[in-house]
Amino acid sequence: MTTRLNSREDLLSLYGDLKHLADEKLEILHSKRKIISVCSCTGCASQDSLLIVEELNKHIQERHMEDTIEATITGCFGFCARGPIVKIYPDEIFYVQVKKEDAGRIIDAIVHDTVVEDLLYKLDHHDHAKHQNDIPFYGKQHRIALHKAGLINPESFEDCIATKGYQALAKALYEMSRDDVIEEVTRSGLRGRGGAGFPTGKKWSFAKASYADKKYIICNADEGDPGAFMDRSILEGDPHSVLEAMAVAGYAIGADEGEIYIRAEYPLAIKRLRIAIKEAEEYGCLGDHILGTDFSFHIYIRYGAGAFVCGEETALIHSIEGHRGEPTLKPPFPAVKGLNGKPTNVNNVETWANVPTIILDGADKFASIGTDKSKGTKVFALAGKVNNVGLVEVPMGTTLREIIYDIGGGIKNGRKFKAVQTGGPSGGCLTEKDLDTPIDYDNLVQRGSMMGSGGMIVLDEDDCAVDIARFYLEFTVEESCGKCTPCRIGNKRMLEILNRIVEGEGTLEDLDRLERLAETIKDSALCALGQTAPNPVLSTLHNFRDEYVAHVVDKKCPAGSCKKLVAFEIDKSLCLGCGMCARNCPVEAIKKSDQPVKNPRLMAYEIDTDKCVRCGSCLSVCPAKPKAIQK
Amino acid sequence: MRTNEEMFAELDAFIESVGNSPSEMIAILHTAQGIFGYLPMKVQKHIADRIGVNVSQVYGVVTFYSFFTMQPKGENVISICLGTACFVKGSGKLLEACENYLGIHNGETTEDGRFTITTLRCVGACALAPVMQINGKTYGNITAKDVPGILETYMKKEKYDN
Repeated sequence: MTTRLNSREDLLSLYGDLKHLADEKLEILHSKRKIISVCSCTGCASQDSLLIVEELNKHIQERHMEDTIEATITGCFGFCARGPIVKIYPDEIFYVQVKKEDAGRIIDAIVHDTVVEDLLYKLDHHDHAKHQNDIPFYGKQHRIALHKAGLINPESFEDCIATKGYQALAKALYEMSRDDVIEEVTRSGLRGRGGAGFPTGKKWSFAKASYADKKYIICNADEGDPGAFMDRSILEGDPHSVLEAMAVAGYAIGADEGEIYIRAEYPLAIKRLRIAIKEAEEYGCLGDHILGTDFSFHIYIRYGAGAFVCGEETALIHSIEGHRGEPTLKPPFPAVKGLNGKPTNVNNVETWANVPTIILDGADKFASIGTDKSKGTKVFALAGKVNNVGLVEVPMGTTLREIIYDIGGGIKNGRKFKAVQTGGPSGGCLTEKDLDTPIDYDNLVQRGSMMGSGGMIVLDEDDCAVDIARFYLEFTVEESCGKCTPCRIGNKRMLEILNRIVEGEGTLEDLDRLERLAETIKDSALCALGQTAPNPVLSTLHNFRDEYVAHVVDKKCPAGSCKKLVAFEIDKSLCLGCGMCARNCPVEAIKKSDQPVKNPRLMAYEIDTDKCVRCGSCLSVCPAKPKAIQK
Repeated sequence: MRTNEEMFAELDAFIESVGNSPSEMIAILHTAQGIFGYLPMKVQKHIADRIGVNVSQVYGVVTFYSFFTMQPKGENVISICLGTACFVKGSGKLLEACENYLGIHNGETTEDGRFTITTLRCVGACALAPVMQINGKTYGNITAKDVPGILETYMKKEKYDN
């Protein structure tokens, strides 16, 4: 039965009662119990990780070992490339790519105090990494926003309390004045993790300074950058930290209501938030008279409906009010006139997730991590042509080289690194020359990109810079709300020019036109979506101008990715005459020639370029080494 | 199959539970789409009446957000992820393969009402890129060649079900 917590003492005493749940896992408390934690976030869950938990429990029950072994779900470990991940506490044994059929062997190994070797991460041909920290992927990471993901069961309030949940809120309510809280957050140097990097403490102080009978706190969980999923992982792995942080901010600025604006495409995060809010309210950590004080704070969930522009705070507020999510001019800022015309403070999920640690451990500790002007850590969604795709949290100031090579394990299939795209549709490309730049807000902007929400897409030599720019622009054109002319019409014209270029119909003048248009849109669009939309184009034009020139002058795509500009041919001296290409050609464009190959009984093949649809099927099946089919 | 009246009654119950408030429009539309599968004009008019706004306002919201649709969807909804991670790993080819196999374009439904092809932006399973979802089930790390095989299992399934 739930007992309401009526004071800070109640909370601390419950913490005392439940502390063992975390201590057992962290080996602070020695016990014989083993806890098998299985990642249950979207990435692993879509590979049936929940069935693994079921299967494990079945084995545990069959062997009547419920008292000594427990299998449970947990949040994201970040190592999505090797999912589903299973970790055994307190031994810290870390299994990768586990299938439900492995459940029996995992339990066997626990019983016999051994490990299932083939489920461990392979370091090289001989060695395995037994523990999480032996894996290079984790070597340079430092988890603050994600520190509970992978440790706790996100659907368990007990686990939350056992890991000091709601103690930051208790500290704020019982020990600190409203100004103290804001001062602490300001001193920590925390900046908005949603993109622009505005100092969080300053934002809160503006909202506090506004006088009104009602104020709001909003959590922006409308993660729209295609390829970024840290907000979702935080909400799926540790929803209480976000709720607690919103309540702390509510106390600081004088708000009694919080709204979480979340994408409807995140059903699991929504489910876990619902459970978390309900339990926190039952225990008196949210709702009326929190922890026996005069402070009341209610949190509601609001659904987004798929509009990238709603990540912009004024657009988001209009969407919560039930309107089209169109941005409005600032000022007035939301801190003065926001939701329902009342002062409102909007922060992004990852920003919120840092707040409890700052309040509980102090601003100085947080500020000791990072660079001069960017403090703390940043979570990046590392994806694209990199070996270890996943979620990585590193201190600000880590270099791209460390992220891509040390953590990410380098480029897939030994291909050559070309660029990394940060900041999603608002950001730009960073190339070889930027690999050793410490990453922080200011360095990225200086190099023509931006932090954005933390998407980090690695591109290799097979990716065409023009096509990537076109991809992002297509996205912004689709997502433009249409309110202001520069974004609605300007970006569309830019996209048309880019389409011409990848189709081989561009001219050199088009490149100048692109640049002029891009600068105009940057200067004149209404909101951040429009103002930053030309960034991918400008950045690729700046870094890969020769590639653009090759498209418009030589009518060639150096990366070999723009279909209209690629011609396939067969090098008859390399052809084996096996006919694989001809059998796999969907349009029968490949025929035998009259030239024999090494084996004189077989003839070399050739491609009829007029019939060829440039699908690349022939290239992918050609068994000759080196391949006889060439772009 | 539920009758129209039952579906409208369920919608009305929800609208009342949120106090017939226009500021709850998006939540109401989510619920309505959940009940009817899509948002035809008839439903939009009904909602406008209940919350006391012009139908143009409801229409404005429906057409603004990509999640809302005014077209009924097929029994099997194929969603291909066109997020950046999937895009660079060739999800465009998956889309092409689906379009070729079913003979319809992105956003369309087959004549027999069995399949709809849609695209979405990032399901967050970037490690599995390129990703395709059918009725919420995720297929990761696939190539255009795997598409016909996967779709065939859904075609067969229905034959047996019928």
